[in-house]
Amino acid sequence: MLRLLALLLCLALPAAAEETVVTGLSTDKISLNANFDGSELFVFGAIRRDAPIPPDAGPLDIIITIKGPPRQVTVRRKSRELGIWVNTASLKVRQAPSFYAMASTRPVSELIDETDRLRYGIGMDEAVRRVSGSDTIADTAPFTDAVIRLRMEDGTYAELDEGVILSQDTLFQTRIDMPANLVEGDYAAQFFLVRNREVLSATETTILVEKTGIERWIYNLSRQRPLAYGILAVLVALAAGWLAAEAFRLARR
Amino acid sequence: MQLYLPVAEVSVNALGLLLIGGMVGLLSGLFGVGGGFILTPLLFFIGIPPTVAVASAANQIAGSSFSAFLAHMRRKTVDFRMGSVLLVGGLLGSFLGVRAFEILRSKGQFELVVSLLYVVMLGTIGGLMLAESVRTLRRAKDPNAALVRRKRHTWAHGLPLKMRFHTSKLYVSAIPPFVIGLLVGVLAAIMGVGGGFIMVPAMIYLIGMPTKVVVGTSVFQFLFVTAFTTILHATESGSVDVLLAVILLVGGVIGAQVGVGLAARLRAEQLRILLALLVVGVCLKLALDLVLPPADLYSITSP
Repeated sequence: MLRLLALLLCLALPAAAEETVVTGLSTDKISLNANFDGSELFVFGAIRRDAPIPPDAGPLDIIITIKGPPRQVTVRRKSRELGIWVNTASLKVRQAPSFYAMASTRPVSELIDETDRLRYGIGMDEAVRRVSGSDTIADTAPFTDAVIRLRMEDGTYAELDEGVILSQDTLFQTRIDMPANLVEGDYAAQFFLVRNREVLSATETTILVEKTGIERWIYNLSRQRPLAYGILAVLVALAAGWLAAEAFRLARR
Repeated sequence: MQLYLPVAEVSVNALGLLLIGGMVGLLSGLFGVGGGFILTPLLFFIGIPPTVAVASAANQIAGSSFSAFLAHMRRKTVDFRMGSVLLVGGLLGSFLGVRAFEILRSKGQFELVVSLLYVVMLGTIGGLMLAESVRTLRRAKDPNAALVRRKRHTWAHGLPLKMRFHTSKLYVSAIPPFVIGLLVGVLAAIMGVGGGFIMVPAMIYLIGMPTKVVVGTSVFQFLFVTAFTTILHATESGSVDVLLAVILLVGGVIGAQVGVGLAARLRAEQLRILLALLVVGVCLKLALDLVLPPADLYSITSP
């Protein structure tokens, strides 16, 4: 597991009625070595306040969402035809984030109202929404639900209730598992400070996620220069086949 | 040890992959069959996307054909003239096959079609092999069993466009080998198989080619057809995973050497029944996956 210090975020939180958010610092570039099962993103930060917390204030909570670059996906549904299961319906979701993680100090439903959740666009259902029109499918909800379900199963989407640790109302941290097949690009990280079911501040920052290692090189070559990649694949296979056979012949003597 | 395959975009157990390659190599060492027809379904079973499994299997076959081709060339058991006719058909077939592959993939029907093709193919091969092994076992017990003679002159010899093939000592029409090559090329592109199980019997029984040169000539064709298929797949569908192919290759070479050693010590008839049972087993598993309700009715693909 690779632990990365991704972000250091300072949120200014004046105790007065007018609350503003000041991001101290932040974009960062992180490189993940995706050789193994995946890696871990370590997100931490601090809350800065100019005045002490009023004694009657409720507990402070944090919601963190991290969204990978959006990609179009095709969702297909099988049905039974002549005894076998065949893909019979399909729907294109124009923009589904390639990665989505939501971590919070407590379950989000306990922290904010549904209207606020929708207003701030928090949650997977909010992220997987833009569906292109279809003449044949009236109810698109099962298809978008399927995207969320399948991606939660393969680890690209995750919801971590109580995944954020907040100590002394000032320092917070969370760990988010990143899958090995993550898409490179700009990841949007959003931080919401919540108190008494109200969002006090919302801050957004981007992290540039890059992969490293030979796997990434192979993948990029196959996408950017497919002809060169194809020729190389053949040459590598010929060399590997020949070398392995020769090595065995020598070893037998 | 988990290994991330960059184009397949899945993590698999590297040892398991070596083992699969080794098993397929073992088959080729024991029986002289390529084993592509068993390799691709096994890759489906461990969770490699079907499109990647097929395209990478073609890449793997290119690699494993190369050393075999060199060996046959040294022994002068390659009929290059016949091989070229087969190859022209094969390249055209591969081109058409990759087109069909792309159409099926964009319609979301590739997995279904390739599974159906495998069920039919493995069912036929497995059934024929079982019947053949049972017959050989019986014949071995019956000393009066009639010897089957190979027919040297078939309808294939009456067609036009005759060519002389010196190495094979044949004067036959170029049409049947061209068509056989074409068919094998289509199969290489859609199913990720070399096609030896079709080409070898067809060349022997239909064209009457001497058994001695059939394998070398077929390997010559496979080498170039699968190499061409790999490049086409890389440019058209982007589903060739070279890392997957190389690991399977290394496993395959080790398995093949072990297989050749074992073949000398084991009884061929009983081994053939085992292979037949394996083929039938894989066929049944594929058929069940088509018939049984899937774990999830929905599936997602991103281009």
